[in-house]
Amino acid sequence: MNAAVKLVAQRVALGLLLLFLVSILIFVGTLILPGDVAQSILGQSATPEALANLRKELGLNEPALTRYVSWLAGVFHGDLGTALTSGQDIAESLGRRLGNTLFLAFWAAIIAVPLAIFLGLLAVRYRDRWPDKLISGVTLASISIPEFLIGYVLMYFIGVKLGWAPSVAMMNDSMSLGQKLHAIALPVAVLTLVVLAHMMRMTRAAILNVMQSAYIETAELKGLSMFTIIWRHAFPNSIAPIVNVVMLNLAYLVVGVVVVEVVFTYPGMGQYLVDHVSKRDVPVVQACGLVFAAVYIGLNMVADIVSILSNPRLRHPK
Amino acid sequence: MSEPRDILLKVRDLKIGATVYPPGERPHDIEIVHGVSFDLEPGRVLGLIGESGAGKSTIGLASMAYGRGGVRITGGEVWVNGRDILKTSLSDLRSLRGGEVTYVSQSAAASFNPAKPIMEQVTEAAVRHGKFTRKQAEERAIALFGKLGLPNPETIGRRYPHQVSGGQLQRCMTALALCPEPDLVVFDEPTTALDVTTQIDVLKAIKEAIRDTGVAAIYITHDLAVVAQVSDDIMVLKLGDMVEYGTTDQIINNPQEDYTKALVSVRSIRHEEKKPTDDPLLTVEGVTARYKGTKFDVLKDVNVELHPGQTLAVVGESGSGKSTLARAITGLLPPSAGQITFDGHVLTPNLATRPREDLRELQMIYQMADVAMNPRQTVGTIIGRPLEFYFGLKGAEKRRRVQELLDEIEMGDGFIDRYPAELSGGQKQRVCIARALAAKPKLIICDEVTSALDPLVADGILKLLLQLQKIENVAYLFITHDLATVRAIADSIAVMYQGQVVRYGPKSQVLSPPFDDYTDLLLSSVPEMRLGWLEDVIANRKMESAGN
Repeated sequence: MNAAVKLVAQRVALGLLLLFLVSILIFVGTLILPGDVAQSILGQSATPEALANLRKELGLNEPALTRYVSWLAGVFHGDLGTALTSGQDIAESLGRRLGNTLFLAFWAAIIAVPLAIFLGLLAVRYRDRWPDKLISGVTLASISIPEFLIGYVLMYFIGVKLGWAPSVAMMNDSMSLGQKLHAIALPVAVLTLVVLAHMMRMTRAAILNVMQSAYIETAELKGLSMFTIIWRHAFPNSIAPIVNVVMLNLAYLVVGVVVVEVVFTYPGMGQYLVDHVSKRDVPVVQACGLVFAAVYIGLNMVADIVSILSNPRLRHPK
Repeated sequence: MSEPRDILLKVRDLKIGATVYPPGERPHDIEIVHGVSFDLEPGRVLGLIGESGAGKSTIGLASMAYGRGGVRITGGEVWVNGRDILKTSLSDLRSLRGGEVTYVSQSAAASFNPAKPIMEQVTEAAVRHGKFTRKQAEERAIALFGKLGLPNPETIGRRYPHQVSGGQLQRCMTALALCPEPDLVVFDEPTTALDVTTQIDVLKAIKEAIRDTGVAAIYITHDLAVVAQVSDDIMVLKLGDMVEYGTTDQIINNPQEDYTKALVSVRSIRHEEKKPTDDPLLTVEGVTARYKGTKFDVLKDVNVELHPGQTLAVVGESGSGKSTLARAITGLLPPSAGQITFDGHVLTPNLATRPREDLRELQMIYQMADVAMNPRQTVGTIIGRPLEFYFGLKGAEKRRRVQELLDEIEMGDGFIDRYPAELSGGQKQRVCIARALAAKPKLIICDEVTSALDPLVADGILKLLLQLQKIENVAYLFITHDLATVRAIADSIAVMYQGQVVRYGPKSQVLSPPFDDYTDLLLSSVPEMRLGWLEDVIANRKMESAGN
């Protein structure tokens, strides 16, 4: 167990270091963004005195390093600062938005991941026959069409023509779980279609790779059925590449859903970020960037750890 | 119509085909087994013997109606327990595979699923086919582990494949095959990948397991001496045809066909030992070496000498440090202590700082000829490269010299413009020899050059090497695990064990008693081409251990 524990600890340490470096990058990145918060708050007609006062009030005249350190210290205490434009506490509004995004991502993942793996197994079982070709064809088509187009097409047919699900994914706290799920049915469908192909194709490729191994022949010569062979003997040895691609797609579900959120006017992180970028609200952009980075790094770290733990040589050393 | 039950396996006019993809040609179908017939009664062992391409594994797998890769059974009948398994349903075939007929492959290390404990894999077939409950199957597996001489039979099943040694895993594979109480086990080269001292234990375990369980077996190997120890009957195959079929006694002691005679008399090269000269060509003094980042020495104080035009055989099992010695001499692994003198001067430890003359005079030939050549270069380019590099030969002159070298390795016309993929294994190794000779070296290091070759082809290579030594007066440092090869070509021998030279001297001296323990074990483990050899060795060892 020793080697595995050491490797996992290394991964975690590396992830934290990476997150720290990213926080610097985000801070520096927002520093060199063009534009000025005070200017965008007060508008074009502001007097130079008013601008100077506001800058002083917002702490924009402090040296960058001082601002970075105080920002980072705040982050450690769960204080992401206040939005410059609205004066609201960022942690609070971000938390609500993040909750919505995770809710959407969670349900999309619950459907997409098992479906992708199942379709991958099915494609291997009927390799080069019509089910394989059909699955490959459909998933390839769904990944090739831009997601906003899928969104509008689904919205038109399912939302407008058939009226099965709402075209606009409105959410509020008074809704029951069932109502919420009904509200997000269409965005979940779009996201599923978008991430399905990648995961399914990787599952298929990873398992087919393992199917060449001598121990698969051993399993065949034991008289096992094809599905038993794939599920019991091939799949456990292809977990590492599959988990990697699954985590990449989960990260995409959290970080990359801006377009889908905008299409369905869903109150998630993506919209929140886009709104405040256009308002030059630097603390909000920084906070969003940091949260996205943390999600991305965290999920990839999980993928790495699962890969390490799925290796029997590391789990059971000599 | 049902068959009488006293014939377990009846094969009639079996024809097997495959699709081949030759370079530069259209893929097409060929026949690789051309109508083979035989019977196997319950409890008997049939040995299938032949060189690579003889179709022996293919025939073995056909008894499970299985074709590897693109291999298809194209004709004939295979009857197991009274039914033609080529015509039976897929579900019946599944109950046959792993139930009535089981399989032991050459590489247990690759044939065990790395992600699952051994016990689960050993009992899987028996449980899936409903022959035993899980508990019964596990008890049976533990009994088999014990019978096969595995350490800690109660707990070894909890281990993962990478946690046991190669020889142990091969025995686990035998337990896997015997666990469902099959009627027939196909052993496909089960000891070929093992060291010679490990092979003898596994061979003994397999033989006793076959005897005790009364199972019938097909034993496939290219080594006639091995198959003679375990089988009742032997079928000799060549290129998909049966050459000879008879009892083991008849095949070994009274072979009828020329091909069988050649197989029986293989490794009969005799080479008169040469006396050492005054000036050694290569002197290795106190060489100690370790790999970067490791904490133990893989070579410990090695001292050997090699005289011009002679052969020093370095023999040992895998991990003994024999190839590392070659790396130290060639400068790929600079030693941490000691020095190497070559042709009167001290060699610099590191390859990068050696003058070109030293590089030229010290050439290497490797075990895997096909990966030692660029597949996209013709034979002419491959052999011509050292001619250009060391002697600056070009154009017609270079081509003339390449042709001379090809004549020397007995590959006269028509080979110069071929690609490696168009050559057989033996021909590839010959090209590698010619490439080494092209540099006009004083010493060639041969690292297991015949290990990947069939016995008859290997014999040819050894004969060629001896002949070239006479003509060119080149010295060989011959690294091998095969003692028969050593007997055939060495002038002096160094036996290596765990990084040390445990025995060193002229061949006649090293190979005569009194032996040290390790050399004795090594020598007595080499299978001999006679019936009852295995029993004799085991009896001897028992006596010795009783005497101690």
